[in-house]
Amino acid sequence: METEFTPFASLLGGALIGLSAVVLLAAHGRIAGISGIVSRILPPSVDKAGLPQGIIFLIGLLLAAPLWFLLTAAAPVQVVSRNGLLLVIAGLLVGFGSVMGNGCTSGHGVCGISRGSARSIAATMIFMATAFVTVFVLRHVVGG
Amino acid sequence: MHTFSTLFAGLLFGSGLILSGMANPAKVQNFLDLFGTWDPSLAFVMGGAIMITMPGFWLVQKRSAPLFHGVFHLPTRTDFDARLVFGAATFGIGWGLGGFCPGPALTSLPLAASGTLFFVPAMLVGMVIAKYTAVPSPKSLEV
Repeated sequence: METEFTPFASLLGGALIGLSAVVLLAAHGRIAGISGIVSRILPPSVDKAGLPQGIIFLIGLLLAAPLWFLLTAAAPVQVVSRNGLLLVIAGLLVGFGSVMGNGCTSGHGVCGISRGSARSIAATMIFMATAFVTVFVLRHVVGG
Repeated sequence: MHTFSTLFAGLLFGSGLILSGMANPAKVQNFLDLFGTWDPSLAFVMGGAIMITMPGFWLVQKRSAPLFHGVFHLPTRTDFDARLVFGAATFGIGWGLGGFCPGPALTSLPLAASGTLFFVPAMLVGMVIAKYTAVPSPKSLEV
């Protein structure tokens, strides 16, 4: 299914994400890596010192869609696959992979690249590559 | 201010994900579909974010400490290990399959699409499993 090319909204949205990461580093000295923030408050080895701020950040994240609805009187546009099994597998891989690789699109892709971290640049190139291949296989080999 | 800044950062992050189109898995998968219905928007999301974080991080790190905390918690590792490579590769496969990464999936939770309700609990389970497999290395920080 085609989606509209939205360079300006995407650039502005990206800038908000960047601003959020700068606020978090300036205020708390933390990297805005979502997989890190979530996994630190999960068992085993819950980070008790960082628990309250982690939960507050996630509450802010969860409030964004309701706020969007209040301000624009429309739900954010999204199309999510209805294939439950596919999404369970995808979720397991994303959760497992982001914690094992110490980061996801935000921690490695945005924050890590900005800090010039060689690990993050390598990780971003690797997950981009496997994601491109996965979508190619999903859409052009398996499906159609 | 302490708590407010964290809440504000979360809200900004989620709003940015929605405005940019990252919270729409169809748009993410179209970015990844070079040979189909390609939508280059996501390159602009990353560009927009790094445009702010690169100078922003540089400025912030000129301070000796963050505003509400004693020290910066910055990743210090520079080595490449199998966990980084295997983890990133696995993450990319899941990201391609579902079109969701952790931030957009959580932001989408209140919209309650059935797919999101399958994805998020599975993602949390995946994270817990990965934490159990982790070799303890107290010196290493995330990212």
